[in-house]
Amino acid sequence: MIDLIKQYWQPFLWGSPNHISGLAMTLWLTVISCAIGFVLALPAAVGRVTGPSWVRWLIRIYTFVFRGTPLYVQLLIIYSGIYSLDMVRNTPGISSFFRDALNCTILAFTLNTCAYTTELLAGAVRATPRGEVEAARSLGLAGVSLYRRIILPSALRRALPAYSNEVILMLHATSLASAATVSDILKVARDANADYYLPFVAFGIAAVLYAAICFMLIWLFRKAEQKWLMHLSPSQ
Amino acid sequence: MNGYLQQLIAGTVVTIELATLSLLLAFGLGLAGAAARLSSKRWLAMLGTAYTTSIRAVPDLVLMLLLYYSVQNWVNLITDALDQPQIEIDPFLAGVSVLGFIYGAYFTETLRGAVKAVPRGQLEAAAAFGLNGWQVFWRILFPQMMRFALPGISNNWQVILKATALVSIIGLHEVIYAAEAAIKGSSWPGGGQVLFYLTMVALLYLLLTTLSNFVFAYLEKRYAAGFERLSQ
Repeated sequence: MIDLIKQYWQPFLWGSPNHISGLAMTLWLTVISCAIGFVLALPAAVGRVTGPSWVRWLIRIYTFVFRGTPLYVQLLIIYSGIYSLDMVRNTPGISSFFRDALNCTILAFTLNTCAYTTELLAGAVRATPRGEVEAARSLGLAGVSLYRRIILPSALRRALPAYSNEVILMLHATSLASAATVSDILKVARDANADYYLPFVAFGIAAVLYAAICFMLIWLFRKAEQKWLMHLSPSQ
Repeated sequence: MNGYLQQLIAGTVVTIELATLSLLLAFGLGLAGAAARLSSKRWLAMLGTAYTTSIRAVPDLVLMLLLYYSVQNWVNLITDALDQPQIEIDPFLAGVSVLGFIYGAYFTETLRGAVKAVPRGQLEAAAAFGLNGWQVFWRILFPQMMRFALPGISNNWQVILKATALVSIIGLHEVIYAAEAAIKGSSWPGGGQVLFYLTMVALLYLLLTTLSNFVFAYLEKRYAAGFERLSQ
């Protein structure tokens, strides 16, 4: 057990000059997927609520498919399904993108979290009190400025608790990256287990690291809620 | 290709069995966990909290590998010490117990919330009528808490159904395993067989999640009998 920890504490936590650590990779996967997913989900959510009917249907089909199938299957389709097509292999630009496991993983995670975030934000936009919109219209706000100044600030605040759940689920989902050979925390744990055959220690360390990130995220979101949802807190 | 499609269907049946049995185990554990968390005994409540907090903080895949490989390792150590032949843990049994154990933590929280949503007066009235503890639970508490619990249960079910995909990683012959076998055994011009079989798997999951939505919509309507629907 001591040998395992001695040999693997660096891959788990700090990494080496040519490799980033499992911890850094897991954090990077979580942050980049959630960031891109959120940026794409914002217009998609508005389109889901107020777009023309063909846009609403398109986004609805997208979220239906990505929320109704396991992320693992989505990852397999993007990572091994698409790259196995000769058509993709023989097209230089596309081929080099799909050959890289990290690209495929980030693409799959982003599409997945974007689908969940779209529905979550769409729900928050729909729940905007009518009075807020009417008041804004009576003051001459319309179109983009109505959304930018009134609807979105209030909807994003309302979506914050649900979004914190989504980010934590995404953190947990990044452990699937190890199945696509990306060296995140779980991949390091699997390597350590293969070397020493001490599954409880190897996966136990991984579990503790994930739990630590999870509690840190919960703490960060609680701070965010205190800041942005202060007007809704019952005390004072 | 027909043989592979049959395997895919057989794999789907394993997936459904796995998800259903895991759901039942998780529901049972969730009831026990909720009872523990709501118990007036401090150590029981703390045990319940430790269970839900630690399990829900760690990814299901990590827990699955941790539990499956650790238990197998311990079983090996015991059989070695006793000079017995090695026992391989059955992946189906492992899958059901691990998924049940993990999602039991999520059910604990869902059911705890549902129990607390039933007005206390209902239970006090039942006790006043002379019902014993079991009767109060089965006739009064359970039918009423299900109305509050169903949206959460439906959510958990969808998550369990999708989590069964992970059990192929510990070697269970479910639908993804069948698809991978089909992919290995066939070679199409243009290399489309991988995408084809994986898309079939995705469609099967989509079918299952959509069908279960209908079932839960029916159940929610049934358990809401006598209550007005507020929205829609």
